[in-house]
Amino acid sequence: MTGRLIRREVRRGLQGAAWLPVAFFLLVATIVPFAVGPDARLLARIGGGALWIAALTAALMPIERLVEPDRADGVLDQLALTGMTEEAIGAAKMTGHWLTFGPLLLIAAVPGSFLVGLDGPALGRCLISLAIGTPALAAMAVAVAALTAGLPRAGALAGLLMMPLAVPLVIFGAAATGDSESAALKLEAAVALLLVAGAPFVAGAAIRASRT
Amino acid sequence: MSPLLIGEDLALIRGGRLLFERLDISLSQGEAIHVTGPNGSGKSSLIRLIAGLLKPCFGRIVRAEAVLADEGLALDRELPLGRALAFWTGPRLTQALAAFELEELANVPVRLLSTGQAKRAQLARAVASAAPLWLLDEPLNGLDRKGAGELDRAVAGHRANGGAVLAASHLPLAGDWRSLELGA
Repeated sequence: MTGRLIRREVRRGLQGAAWLPVAFFLLVATIVPFAVGPDARLLARIGGGALWIAALTAALMPIERLVEPDRADGVLDQLALTGMTEEAIGAAKMTGHWLTFGPLLLIAAVPGSFLVGLDGPALGRCLISLAIGTPALAAMAVAVAALTAGLPRAGALAGLLMMPLAVPLVIFGAAATGDSESAALKLEAAVALLLVAGAPFVAGAAIRASRT
Repeated sequence: MSPLLIGEDLALIRGGRLLFERLDISLSQGEAIHVTGPNGSGKSSLIRLIAGLLKPCFGRIVRAEAVLADEGLALDRELPLGRALAFWTGPRLTQALAAFELEELANVPVRLLSTGQAKRAQLARAVASAAPLWLLDEPLNGLDRKGAGELDRAVAGHRANGGAVLAASHLPLAGDWRSLELGA
């Protein structure tokens, strides 16, 4: 069942709105040079952080479609009746969501990097730090989606909930784009691991709690 | 006859209201129970309790593998009906489609189905599974007379094969059902 659920999530993501976060990411990356001006040195210095903000806000976009439709339609109940635990449902949804979110975002990060003036080794560092960060962003998105499923104005609430949670990830992720000597990349990986490992349990508990 | 469901001394409180207490329920192979009661008496809650989606405040439930057909359609709206049902991999999918005369609709997207057709699809999802215990919440809602007849035949066939059915409905159900009245 887990494999089928992952395939379903990927299919629904690709049929639905998988390109929306990517388009949003590129739009934010485009706006940065307009906002801070064409100074290439300044842009290159803040570029990594700007791309991380773009990635985080893009990760908020799909939250409303991740869990709530399945809760309202009884899919989560039916999955539970097949014997799947809520944690496994959360993990499968995380995997399926990352597959439609992570790779596309990484591809978009290449033109995105040029837009904010990163190239050469900085581009490589940025891609590595985003590659490590996207699973954590996908995991948080599913956990927050499960926490806010069924609530009114869930989309706005999800943003308020997810942004503070992502602060450590953004600190180390953005730092890792700037400096190859520091331990930021390792710390980012540690934070990402913690988020990915914890999110299925948060999502599972939230799914159980949302049953009425 | 091995029991497919045993619920002992069940109590359920929801929204600060006691729905039922000291409720005993058991189902053996071939048996069927019709849960009745006024609106808000806890029929649907009892079904969800037995499905394992709610936890009893008191008592214990032991049951065989079960399927649930309640108000949730749980079929992907954008897919053709046949593929949407196939996600739940019922081993008896072909028979289930035939039992509710859905073969012709197999290529129609789920979002285009009418209320009655969606209800039949939902029942087919339950019928397609090999689980011995069926939990049906208001199975007649939205069904026309023909659909109700198809449901009756499916239930009778399931019981003849050693299955058991627990149905909550405020409408009379055809056939031989034990009655369980809530909120009396």
